Amino acid sequence: MPQDSDISARAAAEAVARRSYGKLVAYLAARTRDVAAAEDALGEAFATALANWPRSGIPKIPEAWLLTVARRKMIDAVRRRRSGQAAADHLKLMADELEAAAMTETEIPDERLALMFACAHPAIDPAMRAPLILQTVLGFDAAAIASAFLISPATMGQRLVRAKSKIKLAGIPFRVPDRADLGERLDSVLEAIYVAFAEGWSDAAGTEIRGRALAEEGIWLGRLAVSLLPCEAEALGLLALMLHAEARRAARRTPDGDYVPLADQDTAQWNEAMIDEAESLLFLASTLGAIGRYQIEAVVQSAHVVRRRSGRADWAAIESLYDALAALSDSPVVAINRAIAVAENRGIAQGLAVLDEVAGDARLKTYQPYWAARAELLARGGNVVVADEAHEMAIGLESDPAARRFLQKRRSELNI
Amino acid sequence: MQYMLLIYGNEAGKKNMTKADGEQMYAAYGAYTQALIKAGVMKAGDQLKPSDTATTVRIEGGKTKVLDGPYVETKEQLGGYHIIDVADADAALSWAAKCPGASMGAMEVRPIVMMGN
Repeated sequence: MPQDSDISARAAAEAVARRSYGKLVAYLAARTRDVAAAEDALGEAFATALANWPRSGIPKIPEAWLLTVARRKMIDAVRRRRSGQAAADHLKLMADELEAAAMTETEIPDERLALMFACAHPAIDPAMRAPLILQTVLGFDAAAIASAFLISPATMGQRLVRAKSKIKLAGIPFRVPDRADLGERLDSVLEAIYVAFAEGWSDAAGTEIRGRALAEEGIWLGRLAVSLLPCEAEALGLLALMLHAEARRAARRTPDGDYVPLADQDTAQWNEAMIDEAESLLFLASTLGAIGRYQIEAVVQSAHVVRRRSGRADWAAIESLYDALAALSDSPVVAINRAIAVAENRGIAQGLAVLDEVAGDARLKTYQPYWAARAELLARGGNVVVADEAHEMAIGLESDPAARRFLQKRRSELNI
Repeated sequence: MQYMLLIYGNEAGKKNMTKADGEQMYAAYGAYTQALIKAGVMKAGDQLKPSDTATTVRIEGGKTKVLDGPYVETKEQLGGYHIIDVADADAALSWAAKCPGASMGAMEVRPIVMMGN
C-alpha cells in the first residue's frame, strides 16, 4: 500500500514535471547544448525527488530543488568522463552552480523558446523537429512520440538521439534569433507545433499519449509561443487556427463514434469559448499588419464558423482565402480545399476542373483527401461510375475506421 | 524494400459479425488492395482460411510429428498477409495503418530478406 506522503510526493513531482519539465531542460542544456545529458540528469533528479520527498517533505520551491540536484548529477557525469571537452563543460557548469546558488530564491529564467528554436533549427531534419520539441519541452518518451507519428519506437529513439547529438556537435545555438532572421526561423518553430497538433487532431478519437491528448499539447505549445512572442502575428494566427479546429472536436463524431463531415456538424456542439478566443486572437493579429499562412487558414475557419449564425459558410470568402494560400505555397492540400470551395461557389464542374489541374502531381496518387474530394464532387455531378473508382481509392487509403465506414456508406448509397 | 504485413485478428469476433458488417469488412479490404495496386506497391496478398484448418508439421529425432491446429495458439490469429514493395519502414508502417486489419486486430510489419542484398 502506498503511503499518503508517497502519493502527494508523486503528485507534486508530476505537477512540477508537467509545468516545468521543458523549462528545466532548457535551462540545463542552454550552456552546454547537451540536451541528452540535461534530460538524463533531470530524470535522475525526478527519481531522487520521488525517493526523498515522501520522507523529507516537498521542498518550498520544488523547481529550484530539482534544478540543483540535476545540475549536480550533470557535474558528476562530466567528472566521470574527463576529457578536454568535458573539462570545458565542467568549468561552465561550475560557473552555473555559483550563479544558481545566487538564484535559488528567484525565478528560473525561461529559456524554453530558445530550446524550441534549437529543436526547429534549419540544420535539424524537418521531420524530427516536432518530435524533438515534444520530447524536450513536454517530456514525452520516444515510444509515445513514435506511436503518434506512426514510426517504430526503436527508429524514433535513434532519430531523437541523432538529432540531439547534432545539436551538440554542430553547435546549434540556444537563442531566439535576431529580428532579421526571426521570421523564417519562427516559421519552422510554428510548423513543428502545428505538426504536433495536427497529428493529434487527425485522430478524432484523440491520440492519447500517456493520458495527454496530443492536440491539447499542441495548443499548450501554441500558447507558450504566444506568451513568449506576444507581438508575432503568425504565432497568434497559429493559436487561433488550432483553437478553431479544436472547438469542433465534439461535433466530429456521433455518440456512436460515426464520422460527421464539417457541413453536417451540429453547430450547437461547437465550443463557443474556443471560437471566441480564436476570433479575438485573429483580431489582435490583424492589428500587427503581418499577414501569413496561419492567419489566412484561421480566417478560413472563421468563414466556416459563420454557419453558426447564418446557416451557411461564407464560401465566397473561403474561395478567395484559398486563392491567397495557393499564392503562398504549391501545397496539394490547398489545391484540394480550393477545389471544394470553387465547387460550392461556382458549381461542380468548375470545382472538378480545379482538381484536374493538380491531378498530375505525383504526391496526390496516394493522398487520401484528394480521392475523397474527387469522389464527392464526381458523385454530386452525377458521374457515378468514375465516382465509384475514386471512392474505392479514398476508402483504401483511409486509416481512420470511422471515416472509412462513412465513405463506404456513401459509396454504397450511390450504387443503389 | 519489401515488407510482409501480417494481419492478426480475433476469429471468434469475425464469426459473430453481422452480415452487413462482414460485407463492409470485405469491401474495405477490397478497396485497400486496390489502393495498394494503384499505388504500385502490391507484390502479393491473400486471406487465409481460419486457424482451425491449420496443421503443424515438424520432424524431431527423425520422426515426423503432425499436429492439428496452428503453430502458436493465441487470442488473435494470423488471418492473411500482404507483401508490399515500398521505399522504407516509415512507408510500410503507414500502409499497415491503412489496412482494415489494423483497427480490428493488429498488424505485424516484417522486412523481407532479399537475396543478393
